[in-house]
Amino acid sequence: MHGRPRKAYKPEEEAASAAKAVKLRSLQNQFMSNHHAKIYTKEAIDLSTKLLEINPEAYTAWNYRKLAVEDALSREESNQDLVKSVLDEELKVVESALRQNFKSYGAWHHRKWVLSKGHSSVGNELRLLDKFQTLDSRNFHAWNYRRFVVELTNRSKEDELKYTEDMISKDFSNYSAWHNRSVLLSSLLAKAEGFMPNEKIPDEYQLVHDAIFTDEDDQSGWFYHLWLLDQTVNVETPLLTSSWPSHGSCINLSGGAGCLNDSSSSKLTTSCSESGSFPLILYFNQAVGGVSSSTVTVDSELRGNEDLVWEPVSNKNSRVSSVWVARLKYMSSEPCFPKEYTVKVRIGNSPGIVSSRGCNFSTPYEFVFTAHVHDTVREDSQEVAVSWTDGFDIWDAQSKDLNFLVNLDQQMGLKWRQEAIEEEIELFRALSDSKIGKLTLARLLMAKAMISENGVKGVHYEEILELYNDLMVLDSSHYHYYKDEHSVALLHKVTSSTESLSRHLFRYRDMNNSVCLRLNNLSLSRIASVEKLLFVQMLDLSHNELHSTEGLEAMQLLSCLNLSHNRIRSFSALDSLRHLKQLRVLDVSHNNIGEHSVDTTRYLCSSPLSNSEWTEDEVGRQMTSLVTKYWDAYFVLRDLNLKQLDIAGNMIAGDEFYTLVPQVVPTLVWLNGHRVRS
Amino acid sequence: MSSTSSSFQMGELVADRHVRYILMAEKKKESFESVVMDHLRMNGAYWGLTTLALLDKLGSVSVDEVVSWLMTCQHESGGFAGNTGHDPHVLYTLSAVQILALFDKLDILDVGKVSSYVAGLQNEDGSFSGDMWGEVDTRFSYISICCLSILKCLDKINVKKAVDYIVSCKNLDGGFGCTPGAESHAGQIFCCVGALAITGSLHHVDKDLLGWWLCERQVKSGGLNGRPEKLPDVCYSWWVLSSLIMIDRVHWIDKAKLVKFILDCQDLENGGISDRPDDAVDIFHTYFGVAGLSLLEYPGVKAIDPAYALPVDVINRIILNK
Repeated sequence: MHGRPRKAYKPEEEAASAAKAVKLRSLQNQFMSNHHAKIYTKEAIDLSTKLLEINPEAYTAWNYRKLAVEDALSREESNQDLVKSVLDEELKVVESALRQNFKSYGAWHHRKWVLSKGHSSVGNELRLLDKFQTLDSRNFHAWNYRRFVVELTNRSKEDELKYTEDMISKDFSNYSAWHNRSVLLSSLLAKAEGFMPNEKIPDEYQLVHDAIFTDEDDQSGWFYHLWLLDQTVNVETPLLTSSWPSHGSCINLSGGAGCLNDSSSSKLTTSCSESGSFPLILYFNQAVGGVSSSTVTVDSELRGNEDLVWEPVSNKNSRVSSVWVARLKYMSSEPCFPKEYTVKVRIGNSPGIVSSRGCNFSTPYEFVFTAHVHDTVREDSQEVAVSWTDGFDIWDAQSKDLNFLVNLDQQMGLKWRQEAIEEEIELFRALSDSKIGKLTLARLLMAKAMISENGVKGVHYEEILELYNDLMVLDSSHYHYYKDEHSVALLHKVTSSTESLSRHLFRYRDMNNSVCLRLNNLSLSRIASVEKLLFVQMLDLSHNELHSTEGLEAMQLLSCLNLSHNRIRSFSALDSLRHLKQLRVLDVSHNNIGEHSVDTTRYLCSSPLSNSEWTEDEVGRQMTSLVTKYWDAYFVLRDLNLKQLDIAGNMIAGDEFYTLVPQVVPTLVWLNGHRVRS
Repeated sequence: MSSTSSSFQMGELVADRHVRYILMAEKKKESFESVVMDHLRMNGAYWGLTTLALLDKLGSVSVDEVVSWLMTCQHESGGFAGNTGHDPHVLYTLSAVQILALFDKLDILDVGKVSSYVAGLQNEDGSFSGDMWGEVDTRFSYISICCLSILKCLDKINVKKAVDYIVSCKNLDGGFGCTPGAESHAGQIFCCVGALAITGSLHHVDKDLLGWWLCERQVKSGGLNGRPEKLPDVCYSWWVLSSLIMIDRVHWIDKAKLVKFILDCQDLENGGISDRPDDAVDIFHTYFGVAGLSLLEYPGVKAIDPAYALPVDVINRIILNK
């Protein structure tokens, strides 16, 4: 099926082929009748041997041979010599089939099955493997079989590590050997007996340099190097990256259904919520499970918060996430008697928080914030829709709210990591003309920014952005990969200091000085640095190149989101917004919703297609055909309690769709700027 | 590739020729190429019929003929064989179910029997065997999950364990292999990502890491290979492409270049698509080429579901209608 040249058959060739076909057909028919009649005579077995010689992919013949072997063994189990000769014969047949087609799944499995009955030596099997390695060092069947034999015979990981090193030194362009090396090494590093990361990882960098620099187009070492970088930069232990409220901050809350206009106060983050509660957000450096009221304690006088329920911000099937939220209740104070509460959050006092890779959150961590609770102010329901252009004040530069940007410095074992990165940066700077050179240098500089203590972090970002710009030209096939990385670096830069972030912050008067972050017109194709933006209530991402809201789910305070003039293709791309319980205003006008036949977020959206539960509601029953046609809009919108929605300028926006929307969103007041409900 | 007709432009899908190629291949049952693949005729039927469906020509075949042959391949265990008389295996059981889904004839099945055969192949560790002889491979995890989901019997297996086993096959480059520790390969990646997609478990995939590995399958000619330092092949236009789509990273490759590569693999005269330009064509690559073009939104090709590998309207009909 692969690699045969295209040519028309000459008549002699046709005739020869037809004759072969007749022979094979007759052989197959005879075999079938033996198989169905359960005939296991020597003649019958030899027939199957002939069949497998011509066609090692005839899987039924391999099944038949297993039955024949079982039949023989059941009759002769006491006769060890006979048993051995029966099994040896099978190994011979497999070997000859593999010579015909060394990628035959049936043949390899038959060998494993025979071996499970005993009677071959490790030496034999390893010799066979060496033969196949020489024929094709990338034959994954052979590598898999090697792992099978190694496990069966308990060969040491260190020996196998040496084997991969031998393969690599013979030919660096052996991805399979690098892969196997990574499997063995990561297992040895985890056990930490004489395999310490701070010693071994720098050695591995030396080993992989040849593979990268000898042929700049050969990918064999690229992914191994990336794994080494990951081992250098990312700490195994789960750590808290950020929280909202953050340590030492002060939040204003008001009771009941209203919000106090407190523009005179320089203390920020007025949080208004209809439910008399506010979110407590924990953002970890990796996905963890086990966050609960036993592993996270919240001490305060805010009553009604015993046994807090912690939820992971992730899809319904997952009990792990890097973002966890609990809602703390508060009661409005008496008029003219605002109350102040100190809240102390302790994480990890009891064990139980574990990363998805099985690493425990080991060092307990504590942070404290203050909540000011004001009295209820009865406020009229909004008369006008929220505007994105009018009613904004500039940010108070003296505001203390951005002190969360101080790194929660819980990094451990930093020195060898920083040294390794510095050495790599020096090396790659010298060879940065190639694609892999520039890409690796950009990644190294990002890594350096992430693991360096506070300091001149801003300096490297210009260089990183320039490298990605170069790559967009140098390797235009992967333009959008580099574009996405560029956006990530840009957002890291914007959020790297209080000063640069402040330039994008505003306050919206009409909503009690809500914090508004404007990141519009930045050619952003991707969202990042969300862990530094948990305090944001209004987000303007209009006029960018976003095609998904992936990443926004952590922004639990978000009440207003502007995604107009982006590249959103479907409602399924907005799935992450379903986690934003406070979202009331959404603008997705002038996007591409409804334009494409292929939905790239079809399976990233919770729906029956991904076997997520579906509780049927009235709308689903009454409007079945519309709900099927606009299934993703239905599932996403019905989980949002939107007051205001803008969807004009999308192909999906039409009379038919507009009949569905108000039914699916009963809280909707404004659609495309017009009232749909009083 | 020489074309005697000047009416073909460079870069056009000769859909009618491919339809004719498929319909004629069905009739050439006694060629040597056909006899040697006798045992996987069920797969071949699925590839051919799905291609016809994507080109909106499913009506060219006799449903009754196909279905009655298909049912002769069912074993007393409930599983389907690759052809009449052969042994049952999940590979062919899925293809049989997919073919019946295409024809909207799933109701002729004893769903309980088929689903029990498939569910019975799940092992203690969550993995799946292909048949009673115990070969374990993540391909079979995908096949079983896909099959049972179409039959709406996913609750017959331990989904959590099935997912855990697939995750145990995740490699440090973000890809997946056939068993734990096995090298990443685009075919296996499709199977694992597809299974995770169907079970709502894509959060286990590091989309950026895997996305980069997958997008680097695109070589200078615009085609895709299946793993580093290998030759491009049209079948990877499906496995790599559908994986990229399921994790929303397809924008990381050059789609126009890939379209051109696939079109260059056509036999413009006789129809059919080959693994590489100027190689011999076959049904397998014809299907993957057309399916790839569907994912690339090529005009005139119906949309295909990247996880179930069946037309979107078929899957929406089965899954979204309660």
